Amino acid sequence: MITQLRDFLNGFFFNLFNKKNNVKIGLYGPPNSGKTSIANKICKDWLGEGQEMGTVSPIPHETREVKVKEKIKIKRGGKTLSFNLVDTPGITTKIDYEEFLSYDMNKKDAQKRAKEATKGVIEAIKWLDNMDCVIVVLDATKNPYSQVNITIIGNMAARNIPVLVVGNKMDMRKANLKRIESAFPQYNVVGLSALKGTNFDEFYDTIYKLVK
Amino acid sequence: MLTIQFIPYSEIEPLSQGARIKKILDIAKENKIVVMEGRLKPVEETLLIQKTMEAVSDNFKGIELCTVYPSKKKKQDLARAFKEIMAKVLIGDREGLTVIGPANIIKEIKRNPNKIELLTENLPNKRRD
Repeated sequence: MITQLRDFLNGFFFNLFNKKNNVKIGLYGPPNSGKTSIANKICKDWLGEGQEMGTVSPIPHETREVKVKEKIKIKRGGKTLSFNLVDTPGITTKIDYEEFLSYDMNKKDAQKRAKEATKGVIEAIKWLDNMDCVIVVLDATKNPYSQVNITIIGNMAARNIPVLVVGNKMDMRKANLKRIESAFPQYNVVGLSALKGTNFDEFYDTIYKLVK
Repeated sequence: MLTIQFIPYSEIEPLSQGARIKKILDIAKENKIVVMEGRLKPVEETLLIQKTMEAVSDNFKGIELCTVYPSKKKKQDLARAFKEIMAKVLIGDREGLTVIGPANIIKEIKRNPNKIELLTENLPNKRRD
């Protein structure tokens, strides 16, 4: 009880004095949904070429550590939103090193990647406590009713943290934004393609409205 | 052979958050599928994912997790809503069903939204003598 009260007071005063100057926006979602591609596009748009956040790969769990890009400034209608962007490893409930073997990886490297990936998931979950806003990135070609998606969004709702749900890969034929909208009707949902760079204006507008 | 273990809400209710997670994970590690009455809180679900990741090894690949929760009726009279809230306060949130299976056995759980489909890995057939 005392610990809970202390945590609440710490969180309250931390938010009171730091929120406006040190807003953290986190990119969360399952592996290979395009979180780093979106992070790279944001950095390229607002920090310039060569400011990309990380490498992207068709092999799952390419991002295995939390990465932070500080002082990104988005300009909307003459006003500026300044924030720190946090790119996180994909959250999953299972990691099988044998999955990586199908990507021409040897057993030792696959096991190493799996080990790092499990640590990455744990780190990503720990960072949930620090977020002021979360962008949940989903692959619009896949079924959105995954428990990982529901868990991440449920956690944010329990903490009263604003959530934006993004349906990425909208350039793909199988993409279905309506399915995501009906899965999460109480949240803002924006469809985009990080690969083609489409619909980022609506994406930035929505972030601005959510955080401001 | 596939083993399904049912956990009634009364069995997990008195346990602490950590003990609940340990109980579920221990059963999943024995290659059994857990069917639990009610659901974990979102914070408990993230703790379950965290503890699962800590337990992942060459032999334990993790879990598949799914919860079905009855969708709320749009129009509900005030007295009924109050009764439901009071029931939850007194006896806990027993609504819904949680299915947790080891990833070695459960390939995928599809939730669509009030239906659960378990896709299992090819299990070796046990020969009958």
